[in-house]
Amino acid sequence: MRELQSATRSFRTAVNKMKIEIKNLKVSVNGKNILSDVSLVVNSGEVHALMGPNGSGKSSLAQVLAANPKYKIDGGDIFIDDKSVKSLSPSERAKLGVFLMFQQPVDIQGVSLSKLLFQIAKQKDEKLSFVSFKKSLNESLEMLNLPFDFCERDVNVNLSGGERKRAEMLQLLITKPSFVILDEMDSGLDVDSMQLLAKVFNKLRGPNFSALVITHYSRLLQYIVPDKVHILSNGEIVLSGEKSLATDIEKKGYEALVK
Amino acid sequence: MNELKVINSEYEKKYGFSDPEVSVFKTKKGLSKDIVSQVSKVKNEPEWMAEQRQKAFAIFEKKEVPKWGGDLSQIDFNKYTYFFSPTDKTAHSWDDVPLDIKKTFDRLGVPEAERKFLGGVGAQYESQTVYHKLREDLAKQGVVFTDMDTALKEHSELVKKFFGTVVPSGDNKFAALNTAVWSGGSFIYVPPNVKVSVPLQAYFRINAKNVGQFERTLIIADKGAEVHYIEGCTAPVYSTDSLHAAVVEVIAMEDAKIRYTTIQNWSSNVYNLVTKRAVAYKNAVVEWVDGNLGSKLTMKYPCVVLKGEGARADILSVAYAGKDQHQDAGGKVIHLASKTSSRIVSKSVSKDGGKSSYRGLVRVEQGLSDVAVSVKCDALLLDDDSRSDTYPSMKISEPSATISHEASVGKIGDEQLFYLMSRGFSESEAMAMIVLGFIAEFTKELPMEYSVELNKLIQLEMEGSLG
Repeated sequence: MRELQSATRSFRTAVNKMKIEIKNLKVSVNGKNILSDVSLVVNSGEVHALMGPNGSGKSSLAQVLAANPKYKIDGGDIFIDDKSVKSLSPSERAKLGVFLMFQQPVDIQGVSLSKLLFQIAKQKDEKLSFVSFKKSLNESLEMLNLPFDFCERDVNVNLSGGERKRAEMLQLLITKPSFVILDEMDSGLDVDSMQLLAKVFNKLRGPNFSALVITHYSRLLQYIVPDKVHILSNGEIVLSGEKSLATDIEKKGYEALVK
Repeated sequence: MNELKVINSEYEKKYGFSDPEVSVFKTKKGLSKDIVSQVSKVKNEPEWMAEQRQKAFAIFEKKEVPKWGGDLSQIDFNKYTYFFSPTDKTAHSWDDVPLDIKKTFDRLGVPEAERKFLGGVGAQYESQTVYHKLREDLAKQGVVFTDMDTALKEHSELVKKFFGTVVPSGDNKFAALNTAVWSGGSFIYVPPNVKVSVPLQAYFRINAKNVGQFERTLIIADKGAEVHYIEGCTAPVYSTDSLHAAVVEVIAMEDAKIRYTTIQNWSSNVYNLVTKRAVAYKNAVVEWVDGNLGSKLTMKYPCVVLKGEGARADILSVAYAGKDQHQDAGGKVIHLASKTSSRIVSKSVSKDGGKSSYRGLVRVEQGLSDVAVSVKCDALLLDDDSRSDTYPSMKISEPSATISHEASVGKIGDEQLFYLMSRGFSESEAMAMIVLGFIAEFTKELPMEYSVELNKLIQLEMEGSLG
């Protein structure tokens, strides 16, 4: 176990760029088939959008990529830089640089957000002092227009939908992952908040950063412009294309395109 | 099995070690009138106390072992040694404590804590208080902090006046047992308007096999006085069991404030059957901060009797039940006066088949006004084998009283674990974080040194389980 952890750690420091490849992935939950055959490659530096009607399996794919044990892989595989990560735990995948921004993050009573963030930051630097952590935390808070006392609240407890999304983005900034899955970041957000979060996200884009942006509406993709767009329907990717695909969906609706 | 070994080996290293058994005096195994008189004799105590003991022994013999609560059917009263004295005196300097015993308390960090932040320390080993010391400035203000045996000699008026008034011998079988064979324990008296700003602490250690420890504690805060008392307890890991049956009586006079903090971490072979009760007079505040880890079975329900107008009770308890452990804990408040308020917050965590029960009682007498009661008990189960039960009893005879009662039982959420693991934490780290968050309301009330220690203990337990 320990060996594996240090292996993932050295793996992490060895790569700057990350390529994610999903190959013929078949997934079920409680015996019910959710994804039947999903293949997708996100190269380092790319931002892909995953769209699809409700219940198509978009969020399930996000959970599988982060290794939620509730989701069972029945076939296919997930590769990070050509290495299978199918058997890695959520924490091992996180240590490789995978970060899931949850659509509905859970409450953690009694644990303040600042404590959680400090522990996250310490994963990469055990000796990190609270003073230097606080400095980088303040920078991140500033990017998100948040006061410091926002972090003194318990993780996600009594936060509004918008505040939860900002708390997720804050964790993303502190974690500094290589590959990010945004699971319906735009759900329950007003336009101003969405613009702000999209702006922060766009600052992170670069050759060593890649993302899968999951959304139901093309609205978000006006602010986070993807390199590629995929449409998921009934557990399969039925259509892939350039960013213009998102505008087609906006005009014609899913049904017309999926048929 | 493997899991138990891990937990026990960690406990073994830290607290579970034992010293060779040395005694200057001990009674034969078992309990009789004669053994009770031997205790009186060796203590050379006043006649009234010797009589009290005999009366209590008669009550003990008559009363049945309680059938409610935990399983007490395995207790064999004949196999314990009821009085076991490793030294014949209480030292006031650690240098005068027998070396083995001093080393034990060193390992438990007691002298270090004394130097750092305590106003006074008592250390009890089996039946004997081996060390007692109060900071000089506090003594000069008239504060008394000593062991009960010394108090009976040097402050006999106060002891005679209050002993057994809050917890009479007839209260329950184990209170009777304690009264019959009590030895050691703390005595605190804080004079009017003296506010003791640093905590006073006593540490109770059982070392020998099959012994009973029956300390007796009496705390009196006079009008407007304030004091914070802390007790800690540990014992070696043995395959045979030991019995700890303490009685604690707390008296908060008008405007006084008393906080009583317990961090009990008995080894899993100790029956811990303790009666703790306080009386709060006008505008007094009594707070029980009660942490129960370890032991085979704990039955403990700290109680506050609100006797004076404006008095307030606060009971905050945490129970952690691991493998083969049963924590039957809770709190009781009796409202006997108007404008009184009480709050009970209980948190329990069960793991590896452990069982925790919340048992509480709130009583509000008829005809009182402006009474407010709040009870909240939350249970967290860490796996499917563990269990939690709640027995809240509310006897509210006054309809105008404001009562709030919340209870929740939750299993540790897979979604919570996944969320934290997706942030790079291992399963045991994630679990520890959730458990510590769950009991944070309790931990934040502890002095910093103790909350750090408690957090470490919980982390250790989480690691142990995952091997």
